[in-house]
Amino acid sequence: MIDEMAFPMPRPLQPRSAWRRSISDAMDRAAPAALQAVRASLWNLASLALALSVWQLVCLTVSPDFPTPLASFRVCVQLLGTAFTKIDGTPGIGFQVLASLRRIAIGFALSAAVAIPAGVLIGVSPTCRKLLDPIVQVLRPVSPLVWFPLALVAFKSMGGVSSSTLFTIFITSLWPTLINTAVGVKSLPGDYRIVAQVFRFSRGRYLRKILLPHSLPYILTGLRLSMGNAWLVIVAAEMLSGDVGIGFFAWDSYNAGGYERMIAAVAAIGGVGLALDRGFNALHRHFDYRGADQ
Amino acid sequence: MTAVIEPSTLSEPYERESDSVRSEPYLHIDGVRKDFRMGRESVVAVRDVTLEVRRGEFVAFIGHSGCGKSTVLNMVAGVYPPTAGGITVAGQPVTGPGPDRAMVFQSYSLLPWMNVEENVFQAVDAVFDGQMTQRDKRARTERFLKMVNLWEHRQKRPSEISGGMRQRVAIARAFAVKPDVLLLDEPFGALDALTKGGLHDELLRLWRDNGRRQTILMVTHDIDEAIYLADRVMVMTDGPAATIREVIDIPLERPRDKRSLMHDDRYLEIKEHLLFLLQGDVAVPVSAH
Repeated sequence: MIDEMAFPMPRPLQPRSAWRRSISDAMDRAAPAALQAVRASLWNLASLALALSVWQLVCLTVSPDFPTPLASFRVCVQLLGTAFTKIDGTPGIGFQVLASLRRIAIGFALSAAVAIPAGVLIGVSPTCRKLLDPIVQVLRPVSPLVWFPLALVAFKSMGGVSSSTLFTIFITSLWPTLINTAVGVKSLPGDYRIVAQVFRFSRGRYLRKILLPHSLPYILTGLRLSMGNAWLVIVAAEMLSGDVGIGFFAWDSYNAGGYERMIAAVAAIGGVGLALDRGFNALHRHFDYRGADQ
Repeated sequence: MTAVIEPSTLSEPYERESDSVRSEPYLHIDGVRKDFRMGRESVVAVRDVTLEVRRGEFVAFIGHSGCGKSTVLNMVAGVYPPTAGGITVAGQPVTGPGPDRAMVFQSYSLLPWMNVEENVFQAVDAVFDGQMTQRDKRARTERFLKMVNLWEHRQKRPSEISGGMRQRVAIARAFAVKPDVLLLDEPFGALDALTKGGLHDELLRLWRDNGRRQTILMVTHDIDEAIYLADRVMVMTDGPAATIREVIDIPLERPRDKRSLMHDDRYLEIKEHLLFLLQGDVAVPVSAH
């Protein structure tokens, strides 16, 4: 059943483990408020230093062909300088990222347009739940890498490759939104339903003023997870399809032996992914009506 | 909280009904039983509840937790139907919830994503759909929020105001839809004693200012509250299969005053009797002078 699935529930967005909480609590007590920002950035620097040292160590020992941090950094700076220019007909890394984002925007919007109404339907109607739940359960764990060739066959006559990439994005970002929407709708307290009945709320008013506002934080959590999925999948889909985009850029760099450029692609993928997640998180917080004691 | 507001300017214009209309039975609960399914078994929650309530009467149901008082109220509200027996209001059988029987819950049941004004306005807007202009609906919302002295807090969300204020919003919302019957399900159960006392008076004032048109059924487990507010108190037996054990008339004239009631022999007698009914043979100190 949908409500029993091990799927991230919206309420604790980032559950902090006990030991982490105790460490930060101890820090809160020890540090004056003014020093905390400095302290946080120091930790971030330490974390970066650790990652770079491990990376450098790997280059020095087991993988002599792997690009070093310094060489990669140089290439990154160079790529950033030419991010939005074309060199020998090849678009810069900025264009590549934009192409991927555009593709995601379309696939993601289509999937939200299907997943939210479908989620509401599953949440509201037990009949729909019984009918659609098995389909969701079977299709959800299917790897995006399988969807791509399936889509190639399905869209052979219309658009072919690029439609297939879009479809892969669409289908993989469908599930988190659909499931979270259904959970949100289903969790509506019975009292609110009685309120709607007592005060003769029409169907439209019930939907606009009770059901959707209640479910909105859940829906946004779903969209955020879907966006994460989409960004993961786009890279793989572009590697398969050869469409212009950051995933293709990484693959193409590998084929051309420009390993430092691959590192740059990884940095771009990580950075954009983080920014998208932060954006949705902010949106979620903005629309979360659940105050301290409601 | 109890700033004086001119009742004449705020209250609903109403025609005084003749006493004969008032004394006619208005709400009938006739041999009602309710069974709930618990897994495979079916449990009788309440049985043989029969009651006639006059128009404009205030009836309190009192009993221990789980005695099915709320079940009776929910059936009058139309939230679920009785397993046996019937309920009529003004001659019409109850078939479902409606604005003629407004409810106030212990959990306030305000919509947390709307501010105070919107919570009342959405109810007014829905109930008087097509019968009032938008402006009149806005004015009505304002009038009822002013009655409970919350107009200054209209922009706040429920999470930003106290429990007592939330319950006043819920009460204003209930009165604003012009109900014939008010159903109060432990409305003051979650509030501290001081807030509770203030809200008792506020409820009575609102009721009076609306011409005591509303027939009120209230569920409570607070003996003082029941005596202070009600015309009649239904004492329920313990559940399951609870029913009305005894009906107690409260002949105290209105308006009632909490402080002088403390020394009223009739009040003390009723309270003692209720304590006896609800606490059995637990020793009750007789009012010592």
